[in-house]
Amino acid sequence: MDLSTTYMGLKLRNPLVASSSPLSHKVDSIRQLEEAGIGAVVMYSLFEEQINLESQQLDYFLTHGTESYAEALSYFPDLGEYNVGPDEYLNLIRKAKQAVDVPIIGSLNGVSAGGWVKYARMIEEAGADALELNVYYLPTDPDLPGTEVERMTVDVVKAVRSEVSIPLAVKIGPFFSSIPNIAKRLAEAGANALVLFNRFYQPDIDLENLTVTPHLVLSDSDEMRLPLRWTAILYGRVPVDLAITTGVHTYQDVLKGLMAGARVTMMTSELLQNGIGRIGQILQEMQSWMEEYEYSSVQQMIGSVSQKNVAEPAAFERANYMKVLDSYPRLI
Amino acid sequence: MARKYTTIDGNEAAAYVAYRTNEVIAIYPITPSSPMGELSDEWASKGIPNIWGTIPTVRELQSEAGAAGAVHGSLQTGALTTTFTSSQGLLLMIPNMFKIAGELTSTVFHIAARTVATHALSIFGDHSDVMACRSTGWAMLFSNNPQEVMDLALIAQAATLEGRVPIMHIFDGFRTTHEVQKIEQLTEDDMRAMIDDDLVRAHRQRALTPDRPVIRGTAQNPDAFFQGRERINPFYIAMPGIVQKAMDKFAGIVGRQYHLFDYVGAPDAEYVIVMMGSGCGTAEETVQALLEKGEKVGLLKVRLFRPFSREHFLNALPTTVKAIAVLDRTKEPGALGEPLYEDVMTAISEAMIHDTLPFERVPRVIGGRYGLSSKEFTPAMVKAVFDELGKDKPKNHFTVGIIDDVTHTSLDIDPTFNTESPDVVRAVFWGLGADGTVGANKNSIKIIGEETPNYAQGYFVYDSKKSGAVTVSHLRFGPRPILGTYLIQRANFVACHQFHFLERYNVLDMAEEGATFLLNSPYGPDEVWDHLPRSVQQQIIDKKLKFYVINAYDVAKRVGLGVRINTIMQTCFFALSNVIPREEAIEKIKEAIRKTYGRRGEAVVQQNFAAVDAALDNLYEVKVPAQATSTFDRPPVVPDHAPEFVKRVTAELMAGRGDLLPVSAFPVDGTYPVGTAAWEKRNIALEVPVWEPDLCIQCGKCVYICPHSVIRAKVYDKELVQNAPPTFKYTPAKWRELPDKLYTIQVAVEDCTGCQLCVEVCPAKDKSDSSRKALNMAPQIPLRDTERANWEFFLSLPDVPRHDSLRFNNIKNLQLLQPLFEFSGACAGCGETPYVRLLTQLFGDRAIIANATGCSSIYGGNLPTTPYTTNREGRGPAWSNSLFEDTAEFGFGMRLAINQQNAYARKLLELLRPVIADDELVDGLLSADQSTEAGIHAQRERVALLKEKLAGKESDPKVRDLLAVADMLVKKSVWIIGGDGWAYDIGYGGLDHVLASGEDVNILVLDTEVYSNTGGQASKSTPLGAVARFAAGGKPTAKKDLGMMAMHYGNVYIAQVAMGANELQTLKAFLEAEAYPGPSIIIAYSHCIAHGIDMSKGHIQQKLAVDTGYWPLYRYNPLLAQQGENPFQLDSNGPTIPLKEYTSREGRYRILMQSNPEAAERLLQEAQEIIQERWRYYRMLAGKGTDGTK
Repeated sequence: MDLSTTYMGLKLRNPLVASSSPLSHKVDSIRQLEEAGIGAVVMYSLFEEQINLESQQLDYFLTHGTESYAEALSYFPDLGEYNVGPDEYLNLIRKAKQAVDVPIIGSLNGVSAGGWVKYARMIEEAGADALELNVYYLPTDPDLPGTEVERMTVDVVKAVRSEVSIPLAVKIGPFFSSIPNIAKRLAEAGANALVLFNRFYQPDIDLENLTVTPHLVLSDSDEMRLPLRWTAILYGRVPVDLAITTGVHTYQDVLKGLMAGARVTMMTSELLQNGIGRIGQILQEMQSWMEEYEYSSVQQMIGSVSQKNVAEPAAFERANYMKVLDSYPRLI
Repeated sequence: MARKYTTIDGNEAAAYVAYRTNEVIAIYPITPSSPMGELSDEWASKGIPNIWGTIPTVRELQSEAGAAGAVHGSLQTGALTTTFTSSQGLLLMIPNMFKIAGELTSTVFHIAARTVATHALSIFGDHSDVMACRSTGWAMLFSNNPQEVMDLALIAQAATLEGRVPIMHIFDGFRTTHEVQKIEQLTEDDMRAMIDDDLVRAHRQRALTPDRPVIRGTAQNPDAFFQGRERINPFYIAMPGIVQKAMDKFAGIVGRQYHLFDYVGAPDAEYVIVMMGSGCGTAEETVQALLEKGEKVGLLKVRLFRPFSREHFLNALPTTVKAIAVLDRTKEPGALGEPLYEDVMTAISEAMIHDTLPFERVPRVIGGRYGLSSKEFTPAMVKAVFDELGKDKPKNHFTVGIIDDVTHTSLDIDPTFNTESPDVVRAVFWGLGADGTVGANKNSIKIIGEETPNYAQGYFVYDSKKSGAVTVSHLRFGPRPILGTYLIQRANFVACHQFHFLERYNVLDMAEEGATFLLNSPYGPDEVWDHLPRSVQQQIIDKKLKFYVINAYDVAKRVGLGVRINTIMQTCFFALSNVIPREEAIEKIKEAIRKTYGRRGEAVVQQNFAAVDAALDNLYEVKVPAQATSTFDRPPVVPDHAPEFVKRVTAELMAGRGDLLPVSAFPVDGTYPVGTAAWEKRNIALEVPVWEPDLCIQCGKCVYICPHSVIRAKVYDKELVQNAPPTFKYTPAKWRELPDKLYTIQVAVEDCTGCQLCVEVCPAKDKSDSSRKALNMAPQIPLRDTERANWEFFLSLPDVPRHDSLRFNNIKNLQLLQPLFEFSGACAGCGETPYVRLLTQLFGDRAIIANATGCSSIYGGNLPTTPYTTNREGRGPAWSNSLFEDTAEFGFGMRLAINQQNAYARKLLELLRPVIADDELVDGLLSADQSTEAGIHAQRERVALLKEKLAGKESDPKVRDLLAVADMLVKKSVWIIGGDGWAYDIGYGGLDHVLASGEDVNILVLDTEVYSNTGGQASKSTPLGAVARFAAGGKPTAKKDLGMMAMHYGNVYIAQVAMGANELQTLKAFLEAEAYPGPSIIIAYSHCIAHGIDMSKGHIQQKLAVDTGYWPLYRYNPLLAQQGENPFQLDSNGPTIPLKEYTSREGRYRILMQSNPEAAERLLQEAQEIIQERWRYYRMLAGKGTDGTK
C-alpha cells in the first residue's frame, strides 16, 4: 500500500501533516510526531506582532522605574543576550532538522508586507524544507474595500516569494468573496500551495465581567465541510497544491480530504485532545479502508471526488438547503 | 594590551579591579555601594574570569555582618576575598574588621563612604562611616574620582598583600560612586604586573588547613593580650612605605604617579588646604583658578589617612606654608576636632616638640567641616576657606556650605565666585525618572567620551520620591580632565524635559547669559511664549537665551514610544550643542541605540531610530519677544494657610531651596510634625479617575486598593451639600445603618499618581456601554481647579464616628474610615502602601509604628514631607525608624515601654484613689474592656475625665506622674513594619526573638520578595526561578516559608494575605492580628515595580499568585486552638491554574525565559512541584486531607 504523497514537490511518506500547534514547540515532541508516523510537521507560527511585542515588553520591563530614584537606578541585572525576535524559533528549526527526517515546514504569520518578511529568508536559512505563510487581515474600517484586502494579501505573498526559494504554502482565511480568484492570484504571486483555512480565535463575551475574552475551542469533524468544499472546487482549477487544515479528526476525514483534492491533510485538535498515538491509528485505519476498497495508493484517490471529477459537479455549488429541498420529494 | 578609554562610574571602576583580583566576594545590598556587588554577580553569572582564570564566587549574605563573617572565613582559609559596603553596613562589619586586622590578613574592602544615621538617615556621602572604623586597625586609602578609584583599587590590593594590613579603599558615596567619568581603563596585564603571585601564595600559606594545622582566634588573658597587640607594630610602621612602593610600581607600569600625600598648588604657597575625598577635585580646580590670579595657595590631598605617616605628610607640604585649613567631611560631636584635623595637629605638634618641623615658621592650623551627607562643596566654599586662612583671627572648627545661625560656625561665601572654564560644555537637564532623561544623558556621555577626544563627566541628582520623580542631570564636556565635583552652577545649555516644571522649579536659575534653552513643550514655537510663567519669560529675555521647543511627547507617541522621550531630547541636545557635528552625532546616537536596545529586539531599535529622525523635524527656535507678557507666575509652594513650620521649612525643602535654610530652622533632635504630605501638591498624574455616581455601587473597592489614599468616600447628612461647590458630586447612600444620607467618592486629583488601580478594580459598568465604569480616567489639567475645591469641601465633611453602630469588618464600611497615611511618594500603583493605609484606617489613632529601613521608611519618613497624619482629634500614628536590622526589637521595646507606663498608671490610680475621689471612674479605668472601638472611645473619655479631676492638684508629684502616663491607660497598638529583606534576612534573628517573646506586637511584612528600595536584590523571600539583583541566573533556591516557621511557636498569630486576591481575608487578618493578645505576623503579598509588571494590573498578579497556589492565603489563630478548634484555616483554593500563567506575566521570570530558556523551564517545573507539595502539606494542616490539588 503506497500512502505517500507529494506536497509542493516534497515527498511525504503519508498525507498526515501536523499543523502549526504547541506540539512543534520542542524538538522532543517533534521527534515523537515523527516516531508516531507523521508525514511532515508544520512548525508553530512566528508572529510578526509577537516579535515586536516581546521586544517592546522586554524593553518596558528593563526600563520601567529605572533612573528615577537614587537607591534603585534599575531593578534587574543585565543578562546580556535575550532571545527576542526569531532566534529561538530559528534554533528550533535547526535542531528539528537535525533530529528528524520528515519535512519541517516553517510557519510565518504576518499582516502586511514589511520588514518582517526577512524572517522568511531566515527560516529558509535555518533549514526549513518549506514555508507556510499565514496571512490574515481583519478589516474593521468600512472604507476599506475587499479588493484592497486582496491586494495586500497578494503583495505579502509576492514579497515573501522574493525572499525565499523553498516551496511556499499560503494559509488563507475563508472570508474572500471569490476564493477561486484569490487562489489564482496567490498562485501567480508565487504560492506553491494553499492551506484551507486559517481558523481564527473567536472572541467570547464574559457575562460576569462584561469583557471580551479570547476563546480557543478545538475543532470537530463538521468543521471540515468548509475547506472540503473549497478544496473540491479549487482542485484542478488553480495551479497549486491544496491542503486541508480544519476539522481533520478521523481516517474518514483524511480520505475525504484527499478525494476532494488535498495532497495533505493537517491535524491539530485531534492530536492535542487524544494524543500523538492517534497518528498511527488513523494511518492504520486508512490503510485498512483502502485495502477493503482496493485502493493501492493515496495518489490514486487525490481529487477523485473533486468538483472536476465528480458526477454531479453542481452539488459542490449548491447551498445546503437546496440539496435538502432537492431530495425531499424523493423521500416522500 | 593597550589601554582604552571608557566612561564609567566609581562603583564600576572599583568593582572592575576588585572582581579581577579576588576569588571570593561576599555581598549585601546597601546604597550607594550595591552596584559593586551587582556588577560582580552579573560578571560571575556571565562566566567572566579573574586574572588567575577562575570565576570568582559571589555570594549574598543575610547582612553586612554576615558578609564580613564570610569574608573573614574565606580569608582565613586562603582565598583572596573582598566585599563592598557603606555606612550602617560598614558599622556591622566592625567586629570582624578588628579581627581581620588583628590577624594581619591581606584584604581590601571597597567602601562607598556614606553618612551614618544619627538624627536622620541619609543615603548620601560623607566620611562618618569610615571614621567610625579608625580604631579597627585598617589602613584607610582615599580615592577622589573614578580614575583614582580604579587605580588605587589595584594599588591597595598589591599593598595589602605585601604589608598584611587590610585596607579600606574609600571613595565618596554618590559623588564618586555614581559620577560617570571618562577614564583610562587598566588592563588585566596591568593587574598581573601589580599583583605579586608570591605574595598571593604567601597569603595561602598562612591559611588554615588541616594539612598543617594551627589555631588562630584564641582567647587571651592579661598576661598575654597586651604584648600580642603590640606585636603588630612593625607592620604598621612599614605600611606607608609599602603603599608608596606600590604607588611607585603602578607609576612605572601605568604612568600615573600617586603619593601618600599629593600636593598641588604654588611651590611657595602660604595657605594650604588639607583634605581627602571627592572634594579635592573642586579644591584643585579652585586652587588652579587662584594660582592664575597670583595667589599663593595649595592643596594637600591625603590618600593614605591611616597609618598616618607624619614624615610623608610634613614633607609633602611647601616649607613656605603659613596657615593650614584641615577639612573633614564628618562630624564628631564633643571631640576637640574632627579626625583629620586631629591627626594633622598631632603630626605638627609632635614635629614641633622634636624640633623637626620642616617649615619656615610654625603654621597656624584650623579645622572645618564641609559636605556632610553630600552637601554641595563648591569653588566659592574653597575660596571662603582660603579667605579665612588669610584673616588675622580665622575661625577654628568652622563649617562651610551651610548657614549656621545658632553657634555661628559657618564661613561666609561669595556666591558669585566661579571657576567654570568657558571651553567646557556645561549642560543641565531637568527630567522625570519616567521619561528616560538620565539614561539618555548617560548615553550621551558615552558617545562624547568614547567617540571624541573630549573628557566627559556626568552627575545625576535624583528624587526621594518614587512616583513622579524629578531628575536633574549635570553634564560637562571639555578638552581637559574635569576636576570639579560640584553641581553645575552656570550652564551654557539647559533642557527642561517637562513643561510643568517651569511652574514648580526655577529651572533657568543656573542658565548663564547666552545659554541655549531647550523645552519640551505641548505648545509650538508661536504659542509657547504665552504659556510661560512671567519670571521664566523675564529670565529668557534678561539672560539672552537662545530658546528652542519640541513637542517630544507628540513625537514619542507617533513613533510608538509612549512617554519615553529620551531619544528625542538627546537628539535635540546634540543638534543644538554642536559638541559633535550634527550628521556625525546622529550616526553615533543610532549606534548607541543599537548598542543599548539591540539585544532587546529590532522593534525597539526601529522605534528609537524613528524618534531620532522625527526629532529634528520637530525642533523649532522660538523668537523671543522683547518684553515679558504673562500675567501669571510660579504659584507659592504651599498656600498661606499652611502651618508655620510647613511654610518656613517644609516648603523651602519642597522648592529645592533647602540648602539656603539656616541651622536654626531645623529641630534639635530630628523630630518633625506629621501630616505634611498633604501640603505637597505634586500634580504628577496626566490622567486621574473621575467618579460617575449613577453607576457606582458604593462597594468601596477603589478606596481599598488606592496606594496613595487619594480616592475617599464619605456618608453624610443631606443638608451638608447646601454649601458644596457646583461640581461636587453625590448620590443617596446605600447603607441600611445610615438611612437618608448622601454618599460621595472624591478624588484628590493633585495628589493622585494616575496608577489606574481604582479603575481596574471598579466592578460597576454602564449597562449600555461596557467601556464606561463608575470610575474612568480623564485628563487631570482640566479638572484640577474644580476638583481642588471639591476636595477641600469633601475634607470639611464629617467622618462617620468610629465607635457608633457601624462595624468596620467589611470592605464597604471600611471605606468610610479616614486613612491616616496619605499621598506618600511610593511608586504609582505600589503594592505595599494599601496595607499601610488599611492599618492606619483601622488602628491609626492608637498606633505606634517601628519601621524597618526600606521602601516603607522612605515613603513613610523621607523629608521633605511625611504621609502619616492625624484625625480631627489630632490622633494618628507615631512613627519611627531605628535601623534596618533591629526593627522587631525596636517595636518590642516600644511595647515594653507602653506596658511599663500602663502598669505605673494603674498603680498610681490605686494610690491616688482618695485624690481622684471617684471610685467609679477609677474602677472603670482599671477594668475597661477595650476590645471594641466603643470600648476604646469610652476609655478615652474616662482618661479625659481623670485629667479634669486631677487639674489643679499638680502640686502632688504623683499627680504629675499620673498625668504624664494617663494616656497609656488607653489601648495602644504596636506595629512593626518592614519588607522581606528585613523580615527574612537581616532582621530575622530579632523577628524570631520577638515572636518568641509572647508580647503583644503586630508585625506587618510587606513582602515584595526582593530588596525593593535598593534596586531589587534577592532576599530569602525571592521565589525560585525569579531573576533579581544578586540572582542574575534566576534564584536557585525556593522562597523561605516564614509563616510556617513562625507557626511552630504555637502562640503566634499568623496570616498570609494578598489584598488583590481576597480583600475580606486581608481585612479579617488585620483585625484578628491586632486583637490577638500576643505576637502577630501578617505576611502581605506586595506587588512591586521590581517584579517587572504592569503596575495597574498588580491586583491581577496577586490573584494569579493565589490561584496558582504560589501564594496560599491562610490564617493561624492560636485563640481557636484554645477553643478546641484547628487554629490553621486555609482561605484560598488549591492550585487551579498552572504556575506559568502567573510567572509568564512578570518580567522577573520572563527575562530568564528570554535569556536562558532551559534554566527557566527547569526552575519553573521545580517551582510547580514545590507548590503541589506545599499545598498537600497545608491541606493536611487544615485538616482537609492531603489530596485536593487540581
